[in-house]
Amino acid sequence: MKVMPFYKRILFCSSILFGLLAVTACSGPTSSNTVSISAAFEFTSLDPSKNGYIFSRMQVVETLLDVNEKGLLIPALAKDWQVSEDARTWTFDLRDDVYFHDGTLMNAEAVVNSLLIAQTKHGALRNAPINSISAAGDSSVVISLSRPYTLLGAVLANYANGILSPAAYGNDEEVLALSGTGPYKVFQFAPPHKLVVEKFDDYWGKKASIPFASYLTGHRAESRVLQAKSGQADIVFGLDPASLPSLQRMDILTVSSNSIPRTIVLKLNSGHRFLNDVRARQALSLAIDRKGIAKGVLRIPGSEAEQILPASMSNWHLDNVTSETESEVGTPESLLSSLGWNKNANGMLEREGELFELTLITYADRPELTAVATAIQAQWQAIGVTTKVEITNSSAIAMGHQDGSLEVALIARNYGFIADPLGVMLSDFGSNGGGDWGAMNWNNSALSADLMTLEQTSDPVSYKEIAQRSAQILFNQRPMIPVSSYVQQTSVNNRIKGFRYDPFERSFYLNEMEFVKP
Amino acid sequence: MKAMLLERLLQLITVVWGVGTLTFILMRSLPGDMAYRIAASRYGQDNVNSEAAALVREELQLDQSPWVAYWHWLTDLLQFKLGDSLVSGLPVMDSVQHMLGHSLLLALSGLMLSVLIAVPLGLLSAWRGNPLDSVLMGLSSAIRAMPVFVVGVLLLLFFALHWGLFPVAGFGTPAHLVLPALTLAISLAAVSNRVVRDSAKHTFQAAFYRFSRVKGLSEWQTFRQHGVRNIAVPVVAFFGIQLVSMIEGIVMIESLFSWPGIGHGLAHAIFARDIPVIQGSALVMGVLFVLLNTLVDIICLWIDPRGAKA
Repeated sequence: MKVMPFYKRILFCSSILFGLLAVTACSGPTSSNTVSISAAFEFTSLDPSKNGYIFSRMQVVETLLDVNEKGLLIPALAKDWQVSEDARTWTFDLRDDVYFHDGTLMNAEAVVNSLLIAQTKHGALRNAPINSISAAGDSSVVISLSRPYTLLGAVLANYANGILSPAAYGNDEEVLALSGTGPYKVFQFAPPHKLVVEKFDDYWGKKASIPFASYLTGHRAESRVLQAKSGQADIVFGLDPASLPSLQRMDILTVSSNSIPRTIVLKLNSGHRFLNDVRARQALSLAIDRKGIAKGVLRIPGSEAEQILPASMSNWHLDNVTSETESEVGTPESLLSSLGWNKNANGMLEREGELFELTLITYADRPELTAVATAIQAQWQAIGVTTKVEITNSSAIAMGHQDGSLEVALIARNYGFIADPLGVMLSDFGSNGGGDWGAMNWNNSALSADLMTLEQTSDPVSYKEIAQRSAQILFNQRPMIPVSSYVQQTSVNNRIKGFRYDPFERSFYLNEMEFVKP
Repeated sequence: MKAMLLERLLQLITVVWGVGTLTFILMRSLPGDMAYRIAASRYGQDNVNSEAAALVREELQLDQSPWVAYWHWLTDLLQFKLGDSLVSGLPVMDSVQHMLGHSLLLALSGLMLSVLIAVPLGLLSAWRGNPLDSVLMGLSSAIRAMPVFVVGVLLLLFFALHWGLFPVAGFGTPAHLVLPALTLAISLAAVSNRVVRDSAKHTFQAAFYRFSRVKGLSEWQTFRQHGVRNIAVPVVAFFGIQLVSMIEGIVMIESLFSWPGIGHGLAHAIFARDIPVIQGSALVMGVLFVLLNTLVDIICLWIDPRGAKA
């Protein structure tokens, strides 16, 4: 047998090693085969009930139903669905040939298993009036309700109710591996900062063209802007308004502005002795220069909001309301004067020796809230109301509501959290004087009754009529004061085409994106 | 040496118990309901409410008495268990390993770079004296007065944005390490070059150093034989202490560069009241502090054996 000379053996081994390394390097994510995304939010868990928003956006996890840009339900893992005449039984027909990322075929049993587990965890499904969830054969799932509940479809479309393979769960129903059905599967999970997903070739729908996508948490807005400018990140969400002019001048990217159903609102404790009269709440609302905040603080002219829900949610938005409508009731000074408040020598409002002082709490998770809070502090100061601003954690809102210590809170409320805004409206204004993120110590029996009726109303005309009535009550009574609508500012590198923004923040639509050919 | 190691072992046990207990007491003493804080970190800002807090309270048995919770922690610790994160449910040891690994990598790289910057500049300051000394001291004061965040952004603007040499943020490749390590090194070198300079100046002016020149040794021979070791003792001790404070104090750098270190992780755990993660991180840092101090003492003893007699 002829033995290869030593130097040739070395050369041979080196080339094999080099080849293997090259193959390994090529098969992993690189800047040329990966769309990189940067946004502010961290993730810590694989469980959809906790951090499902990130897995839904990165298209790893899918739900039975999906939501289009108008907020209407569309088929997803269920190809169609029927509601019984008494509106108490929903039947979902599952799509054929849907594979989980672990290679197993999705069937009704797997869907039932996921939904039953989701029901035991925190989320909207837990509170839905469900009697049972069962499989009818291999490809149908039946959910029976204790009462009609029109919200069920929207609740099922929430990320917390993503469908995972039965093998994804451990004995205690914790999620051990995220085997979803989306066009991308998990490649690297490095909480709390980095998630890399790889395209899933057996996807049932439109297959992805970009092999990898990575998500990096960028805590600081400045850092995210620099990532966009340097080209390190292809898509950057949550851009700092101050950076927009310089980004818009850049050739390598496009800035996209999209309205989302999130509103900056003031949550008022209507049981507080200064705020229990509607005139006081109206005066505080009238004292806010919304246009000034939208233009000068948020730098998004036109984002000022007179109503809680945005125009895109037309059932809940009053067309006849303008920025002048509220001023018909009077001026802040006249309204407060009618309540016995008069300015003292220092120009501050006083009644029976007591100053009009409020504590406004907000949270730093969204940096714009702090700036808006201080702007409101200055605007209320101008009418003689002293406001102490405290920056805290978002959990302080719910806690302050429960223990009654909250006076005023500035929050960014997501009315599209459940695709049908009725879900959030019910929890915020439904009963018992409001919810953790809604009205506080304010009860309107007509509104509560209307919202309960809407839960069982499927006729669109009646639905709109009742929703409009509810919106009018909220506008007139001001248990919460809207300040501004949200506009999501996103930069997209020009090497990417096919980007579109989901106003319900459910998906990044990665499978529709492509690299622009040089 | 044996006595010192035994003493340090006892110190280690005291530190582990003391740090864990103190953290436990401090975290329990903070105002506010832990269940709400944990729920906010678990479920996100859009999904935190009293129902989520109640679920967390029930699942984690937050209503149990502090004594029972403390007893559980102590018995777990005796079995070398750090428990699971209250937010993610993942083992604390895994989180700490992930975070501490990245922090150590960043801190050691930063420290090495700072040595490369501070030692030559400090020696040069001491050797050449004014006006170079004043210029370098002024520069180091200016850098030290600047928040580390500003140094980071300046480096980002030049090296990432203008020249496109390194990535802005992230981790996973050596290129990602360069800018955070350089930011840390510059900030650290601004202080440590003063230590080097003072130590070198002190040595250069010492009688034994001058005598070695008088007895005929060259400048280089004097420096090598009588300078290096004498200058090194305070410098090594300073770098050793700096390394520990660096690991816990680089939150801003980690945040700016999206680096998953323990400083940033600890800050988030404190916001979330994730007590097992706070205790685990604080405990590992305490252990690290004792180990590094021991290592510094051993190195100093090796450099200057006279220390053993003292």
